[in-house]
Amino acid sequence: MFVLIVGAGRVGSAIAKTMLTDGHEVSVLDEDPEAIALLERGQDRGWEDLGGSFTVGTALEIDALLEAGIERADAFVASTDGDNTNLVIAQIAQRRFDVERVVVRVLDPLRAAWYRQQGLLTVCPTQVAIEMLESAVREEVA
Amino acid sequence: MYVIVVGAGKVGWNLARELIDKGHELTVIESSQRRYGTVEEELEHAVQYGDGSELWVLERAGIERADMVIAVTGDDEDNILICQVARDKYGVERVIARCNNPRNLDHFELLGVKPAVSATDLILRLIEHEVPKYGLIHLLDLPQERLEIIELEVASGSAAEGKTVQELGLPDGSLVISVLRDGSGFVPRADSGIEAGDEVLLVLDVGLEDDVTRRFAPAASEAA
Repeated sequence: MFVLIVGAGRVGSAIAKTMLTDGHEVSVLDEDPEAIALLERGQDRGWEDLGGSFTVGTALEIDALLEAGIERADAFVASTDGDNTNLVIAQIAQRRFDVERVVVRVLDPLRAAWYRQQGLLTVCPTQVAIEMLESAVREEVA
Repeated sequence: MYVIVVGAGKVGWNLARELIDKGHELTVIESSQRRYGTVEEELEHAVQYGDGSELWVLERAGIERADMVIAVTGDDEDNILICQVARDKYGVERVIARCNNPRNLDHFELLGVKPAVSATDLILRLIEHEVPKYGLIHLLDLPQERLEIIELEVASGSAAEGKTVQELGLPDGSLVISVLRDGSGFVPRADSGIEAGDEVLLVLDVGLEDDVTRRFAPAASEAA
């Protein structure tokens, strides 16, 4: 599987490393050239030596997405630090490039829920945390 | 009409003033505390503080009863999102988005956010209109109809000079719709003459531009 990950922060870079270790082809796009450091942290070789690829560019630039290989991506992960950016690029991946599996990180539970209804696979870390905290509290009380 | 404007920058603030002057009910949403403070001194209760791409902020502003939402923040992603939820989630009939980077216009279109207004694009067109060396001016593209409207100045020594419209031998799919001469315009007939210095408006099928332009250009550039 060819996976394109846009946004190499803590989340994006962790997914990228796991996917690469699992034997998938992984391409990462980030606007910060230094972001590659997160991909290489804890590794004994450079990201590209490990077989990953890295493109510097902003997510809304079609040229950057093309360079990162979006046309042959089987899966697309939108994990920049902006909810709206993620929601827009995910829809571009889905509608313009017909990427089969599109996953979007959305911190705001309301937007995550509504766009999920619209057919986007949104993952909301805030909502997950809320549920975990609530059940942790309940267990304590019980 | 009840209008919500998201973004109280120069565009949003002036838009708000205009709309209030015209008697519309209006709310502006601004996410910078500082900017909010400045604008609030003038607009008072008509401005609300918050991130206009957050659904609860839009709901607090009364988006359910809004007739129009105008997203004019400095972020294209935000403007796209705001218009998308306004239309699809809240059923707002009319949405207008500002497109900050003309290269993003495709994204607005792909995601169905129409109309998207790009100031950069408008200014570029104005400049093209003011700078005669461009020769050809793109007035309007109608991509869905696959037509474009262009304006050309008839060069002295060009193939078109001194000919009638009929004699121009324009390709099928092109039509002269108006001629501007000495400050006034007329709709030409087949036997109307074309003179050097005339400004000619044409409607064309996409792709005919080069063929048509050639006939109005100076003879030298035709050879080149």
